[in-house]
Amino acid sequence: MRKDYNLEKRKYVIASLVCVITIIYIIRLFNLQIGDSTYKDSAESNAFLRKIIYPARGLVYDRNDNLVIFNQPAYDVMLVPRDVGQFDTLSLCSILGITRDRFDLLWEDMKDSRKNPGYSAYTPQKLMSHLTQEEYGRLQEKLYLFPGFFIQKRTVRQYTYHAGANVLGNIREVSAEDVEKDRYYRSGDYTGDLGIEKSYEKVLRGVKGMEIMMKDANGTIQGKYENGVHDVAPVAGKNLKLSLDMELQEFGESLMSGKTGAIVAIEPATGEILALVTSPNYDPSLLIGKDRGKNYAKLVRNPFKPLYDRSIQARYPPGSTFKPTQGLIFLQEGVVTTGTAYPCHRGYVNGIRVGCHGHASPITLKPALETSCNAYFCWGLKNMLDKRGTTAAAQLTKWKNYLVEMGYGYKLGIDLPHESRGFIPNAEYYSESFRGNNWSANSVISISIGQGEVLATPLQIANLGATIANRGFFYTPHVVKEISDSTIDKRFKVRHQPKIRREYYEVVAEGMRMAVLGGTCKGANLPDIEVCGKTGTAQNPHGRDHSVFMGFAPYHNPKIAICVYVENAGFGATYGVPIGALMIEKYLRRELPEGRKAAANSMIHSKTISSSDAKKH
Amino acid sequence: MTPRNIDTGASIFRSLDWFTIILYLVLVTFGAISIYAASYDFDNASLFDFAEFSGKQFLWIGLALVLGLVIFLLDYRLYEAYAYPIYAAVILLLIVTIFVAPDIKGSRSWLSFGPVSLQPAEFGKFATALALAKLFDSYNFSLNTKLSNYYRALIIIFLPIALILMQKETGSALVYLSLVLVLYREGMPGIVLWSILCAVTYFVIAVKYTTPLILGIPCGEFIVFVAIMAIFAGMLLFYCKDFFIGRNVLIGFVSTGVIVLVLALCGIVINGRVYFITVILLAAAYTAVAMFRHRIGKFVVTISFAIASMLFLFSVNYVFGNILQPHQQQRIKVALGIVEDIRGAGYNVNQSKIAIGSGGLTGKGFLNGTQTKLKYVPEQHTDFIYCTIGEEEGFVGSVMLLVLFATLILRLITIAERQRTAFGRVYGYCVVSYLTFHLAINIGMVLGLCPVIGIPLPFISYGGSSLWGFTILLFIMLRIDAARKERID
Repeated sequence: MRKDYNLEKRKYVIASLVCVITIIYIIRLFNLQIGDSTYKDSAESNAFLRKIIYPARGLVYDRNDNLVIFNQPAYDVMLVPRDVGQFDTLSLCSILGITRDRFDLLWEDMKDSRKNPGYSAYTPQKLMSHLTQEEYGRLQEKLYLFPGFFIQKRTVRQYTYHAGANVLGNIREVSAEDVEKDRYYRSGDYTGDLGIEKSYEKVLRGVKGMEIMMKDANGTIQGKYENGVHDVAPVAGKNLKLSLDMELQEFGESLMSGKTGAIVAIEPATGEILALVTSPNYDPSLLIGKDRGKNYAKLVRNPFKPLYDRSIQARYPPGSTFKPTQGLIFLQEGVVTTGTAYPCHRGYVNGIRVGCHGHASPITLKPALETSCNAYFCWGLKNMLDKRGTTAAAQLTKWKNYLVEMGYGYKLGIDLPHESRGFIPNAEYYSESFRGNNWSANSVISISIGQGEVLATPLQIANLGATIANRGFFYTPHVVKEISDSTIDKRFKVRHQPKIRREYYEVVAEGMRMAVLGGTCKGANLPDIEVCGKTGTAQNPHGRDHSVFMGFAPYHNPKIAICVYVENAGFGATYGVPIGALMIEKYLRRELPEGRKAAANSMIHSKTISSSDAKKH
Repeated sequence: MTPRNIDTGASIFRSLDWFTIILYLVLVTFGAISIYAASYDFDNASLFDFAEFSGKQFLWIGLALVLGLVIFLLDYRLYEAYAYPIYAAVILLLIVTIFVAPDIKGSRSWLSFGPVSLQPAEFGKFATALALAKLFDSYNFSLNTKLSNYYRALIIIFLPIALILMQKETGSALVYLSLVLVLYREGMPGIVLWSILCAVTYFVIAVKYTTPLILGIPCGEFIVFVAIMAIFAGMLLFYCKDFFIGRNVLIGFVSTGVIVLVLALCGIVINGRVYFITVILLAAAYTAVAMFRHRIGKFVVTISFAIASMLFLFSVNYVFGNILQPHQQQRIKVALGIVEDIRGAGYNVNQSKIAIGSGGLTGKGFLNGTQTKLKYVPEQHTDFIYCTIGEEEGFVGSVMLLVLFATLILRLITIAERQRTAFGRVYGYCVVSYLTFHLAINIGMVLGLCPVIGIPLPFISYGGSSLWGFTILLFIMLRIDAARKERID
């Protein structure tokens, strides 16, 4: 047979064709399998349904072991968009009790990548939250009609008391920002907002668990992946024990009703906060469930700003409650001794005049505290700043440092968010505002009586009470006493001790005792309880004076230190003192004696704000 | 049996190409294991359970080996002698199938015998190969001596194509087109193969790249025009080997091209279609005038090729828009990546790419593929079986299988070339053509490079008909090859 060698060469063409195809395919395989990792993720999201198991959030108790916050089951409607098949929208709407328009809106919101940054058609997405038990039951029964849908169980918070919202806080859905900041969260999760729910979020939330299920191409669950060996059990959040006495807290809030201001009560020996009242306030139960958004918006719009925690955020002039700090500094600096007397001719008259009320003159420290003499402290500061051999600026720096040691001017570090630091002016501040060193003791004299530039939070004022009660030290005030299976932050166990001798504190305490026995705080003179106190009538540019009381009790071995601050309520003695006395009595006796209930009632029903005030804000 | 027969039998087994047989056995085993993996259920069935795909496949493999043995024991002259009758019988079976077969998913290609179904189209392959081999083996037959020889060959090829198309098995029908490789090997002018290659490429480019517009025409069309110009100049230079004309044409193309582009940048846009048609026709006219000084033939081919290319390009849009069925258009568009319809026609391809891509270098391990286990890839034990291998055996396993196939095909080319008869050689190239086409299309489709044309991966995909069809095809070749020495006697 004839062989055509020319044609035989064509075998090379055919063989090359086969080789070229093979090589192209190998390159393609390389790109798919080794070059590009996105296919791996796709396969995983295809095959695995990672069902999150939410841990129970930690419970919260008060110092007397009363349950304050607990959990209740709540149900969310979830779906994996890719797996959603044909379903009857109207029947789903009727089960969920929503209109068609509402459903469409929810659907759009879910897909909106701005509102729901974690949106992906392959992962579970939340359509609707807060199903009632009844809606849950109905949907669970009919769930088979809605392919791709499932129900996620979560818990919502419930509150035993209608008080303490500023301390307790609440939980809200995470925002896009939260998800970006902390990879733990996924869209639709909850996180603490305000109060301990925020500051103890990581303790309370626990650790999410995960169940890895396999689903086939129809979205049907094929069971657990490798019998659940890769599943992660959730770790429940830790329980908190508050230092708060919820009954005292409730009582404080009722005393403050109709008034704006704050009460801070501290156990001096530990720094534990017994009550942290801000007024006006709100019922924490408003911020749970379906109506959270609506109620939250209402609170934000409220002209009295109930979401603003005046006890730790407000910067008030401390007024005369500041005078004990001055006495302590003057004694420690040797500006005065207990015997040093200054004249008071209805005030400090020395080129300028700072008014005072009638009392004996000249006057020493203890009676000055008793009568709240302005002149004494003005003279003291003047003598301190004008000390020979040094400058006013250096002396003011010294003065400022003492106050910082006492907890003023910086955040105390309470375990709640958004604490304010108050304000203590320093030399640089005055150099700047007076354009150079062109200032003297007289130009800043009002800071000695807690006016002028000095600003403090009620918490800082109460902390002063606690420091004097302890005769010279304090612990950082905190609201959480214990964490189950854990300990609270070590910084709450550190004793802070201003560099002022204990005996000077004794002097100031005695002056404050005298103020209660026969001075400005007579209203706080209780039978059987030796109260020490200091009133304040803080002038402010916004209207009537603020009524302030700072004190502690008993005189020996104190159990409670307190600050009461009532905005625009006039003299310290009118509101601050009686409220402070009632709080002290309530805490130390547990129950008010019959004779005092009328006083409490009248205080509860007296108002310093009216609805017409709202318009001013 | 007479002693001589035993002797012959023994000598046959000695002269068999065992290399090919081992490749075959490796491939079918690879296939059965992959089918087990692809159809593996979490309720864990036995590898050899006949109720399962893998169990059945082992049964088919067993029967295929028996079939192979029978083929070896039969006289090789039988295949030559009965080539036409076998072809006629299979053609008859294909005709009967059109009318008898039940409608399964729009296709009428399966004949049911109780629990067993057969797809006659799979057996058409070896029958057509036999008939074609027989034709080329006729005394003094040469493809290029008479045009009618082409007709005869094309009739043998297109008869089964027509019948299988009538069964609505487009994929199986297209396989026979691969026999153009056999015609090429047997003397069909290379320009025809070249034309087919260009046509396919032009088609893909023109259909795939519809945006952006360049000179007012789709960029795909622009690219094809440029390619036509380049090939025209290239053929003048290297095929006609006329440097003078080639150079002039090239200078004309480049200079006018630069002018048009510069004008376009200045804001004067000349319509690309007008420009290209004018310039190419002018070049053709110039060549036609200039060529009379030379040998005419190759210039005519070159000019015709350029003009035919343009005509082809114009008809592509028409054909694509008007002749192809919407679902075919859709499949082609998805394959070319024009539409990304993940839930629709692109679903298979997308899921199969995910499956293969998730395999990584070494794969997820036997039975550990989630894509295939959880049935994300449809047809994963038949047409998309390569996914399972890609996912579970990874790059290493996928490449290994690809190389095994390439080796088998190259081996078969060697075997075909060493045949002393046209019958053996043509038959061998038929086997090479079928396997190349199946390999290219099946794996190309799974890798998302080719349109989704439902044809199985030979020896690997599940299915008795496919396995038996290819076994018969291959073993007849081996039997003919084993007889080389007998012929000398």
